[in-house]
Amino acid sequence: MRLVVQAAEVLGASRLIPIKSAHVDSCLYHGEATIDFAQRLVDGGAHVRVPTTLNVGAIDQIHPELWHGSPDQAARGRLLMNRYRELGGRPTFTCAPYQLADRPGFGDQVAWGESNAIVFCNSVLGARTERYGDFTDIACAIVGRVPDAGLHRTEARRATLVIRLAADVPRVLREAHELFPVLGTALGRRAGPLVAALVGLPPGVDEDRLKALGAAAASSGGVAMVHVVGSTPEAPTLEEALGGGTPMAELEIGMGELRATRAGLTAGGEDSPLTAVSMGTPHASLAELRRIADAFGTRRVAGTVECLVSTGRDVLAAAEEQGVAARLREAGVELLVDTCSYIAPILRSAGGPVMTDSGKWAYYAPGNIGASVVLGSTADCVRSAISGRVERDASAWES
Amino acid sequence: MGRALVLSEPLSLWGGLDPATGELIDVHHPQRGAVLTDRVLILPAGRGSSSSSSVLAEAARAGTAPAAIVLGEADLILAVGAAVADELYGRRIPVLLLAPEELATIPDGAMVDVAGDRVTFDSDIRPRA
Repeated sequence: MRLVVQAAEVLGASRLIPIKSAHVDSCLYHGEATIDFAQRLVDGGAHVRVPTTLNVGAIDQIHPELWHGSPDQAARGRLLMNRYRELGGRPTFTCAPYQLADRPGFGDQVAWGESNAIVFCNSVLGARTERYGDFTDIACAIVGRVPDAGLHRTEARRATLVIRLAADVPRVLREAHELFPVLGTALGRRAGPLVAALVGLPPGVDEDRLKALGAAAASSGGVAMVHVVGSTPEAPTLEEALGGGTPMAELEIGMGELRATRAGLTAGGEDSPLTAVSMGTPHASLAELRRIADAFGTRRVAGTVECLVSTGRDVLAAAEEQGVAARLREAGVELLVDTCSYIAPILRSAGGPVMTDSGKWAYYAPGNIGASVVLGSTADCVRSAISGRVERDASAWES
Repeated sequence: MGRALVLSEPLSLWGGLDPATGELIDVHHPQRGAVLTDRVLILPAGRGSSSSSSVLAEAARAGTAPAAIVLGEADLILAVGAAVADELYGRRIPVLLLAPEELATIPDGAMVDVAGDRVTFDSDIRPRA
């Protein structure tokens, strides 16, 4: 309660409001402090008061053999995940709780942690959460209330910045999945913590693309909400996204900036043999798993390459049922759940170039696990995994 | 209190600070390699990950945390990390908010004193190059 009240003070809220559910990010081990905190809550008899899903932890509890770190670290990671189950969290262990069946509805007040989930919750679901960090998310779940401030309130959800795709961005790129991680990274740099309205994409952008956009934007900037005009529910039009207000600024993102951003997400090493491919950050949806399986067809991952796809255990269960998981394993793909390959020692060798289709993975993996990243499209990743060397089709970026 | 370390760009402590060494490890940040330990961090804004609270608390436990953080923009994630560090380990890391134009007046390396909600600095005391 003290943490929630302190949060209210920092956010300038005068009252607390009830929440329907929570998503807790605190279950990922970041050192003994994270266990000390959870232990303090468990010892005090705390328990969540609202339905609570859990974010990724350090360990894939279903495929523990994929861990390549020290056994002691694994034990600490597992202990922390279990502490949050004791506090009442559902063992979903996914960074994409919006892919669960019982996700929040439009207008619901919730308390979510995990930056990519926060931006998706606000922007795509139209449910309302502030940027809750570790400790605060579980505190709100235990109290069942949040400060009445920030993105919980209508006035803070209006766009104050308009970002337009410039006329030189060709139609083929606007309709390509591979635009979204790059555009998201550029948007995050420009918007920082502001709520932006993005103009210039074809209407009805699907959830997987919005996920890629938001995850990248929340990595390069503190973006907690973005209106994609014509696609997200609070932005059928630019006027509605602005809520009748006048934006503080309007700016354009063009091909020069997009090409430079894409280049900045690739560390190099394109000429050396490929070491690994990592897809599914944030956790892959069933549709994405199916797309990857289709791209492999009857071909297989090269013997020299480690190819990982991360997803949530609930999505994996559906993929098992529908035969998608079997097709992926048949192609030589390893399926990772409960965690992610850039936050835990999973890759057997991150030394050579590692290819990904994720802006978020490309952003964090160099610092976290020392990977030399090459960003490509999903199709590029699959083609490269099969051939064992980096293959990128840059045609969409050259026109 | 400590010497100012003025960061030219926002920083997410998760993925940006190694709590084992106190070093700035974000490869996209121009000041990669700087050591944050015992410095008064002058930060335009936090950024990105919601795990930064944990990283700050862990840095406090490990003794690698900054002495204080002065922000140009309110940041709940860092404020909570500091509150938990105090609660668990009795280690105080003041987190203060200044107007961006005031923040910009603090030179890198200046001796900064943080008391209550006041930030004072003596820009004449500069480390030798």
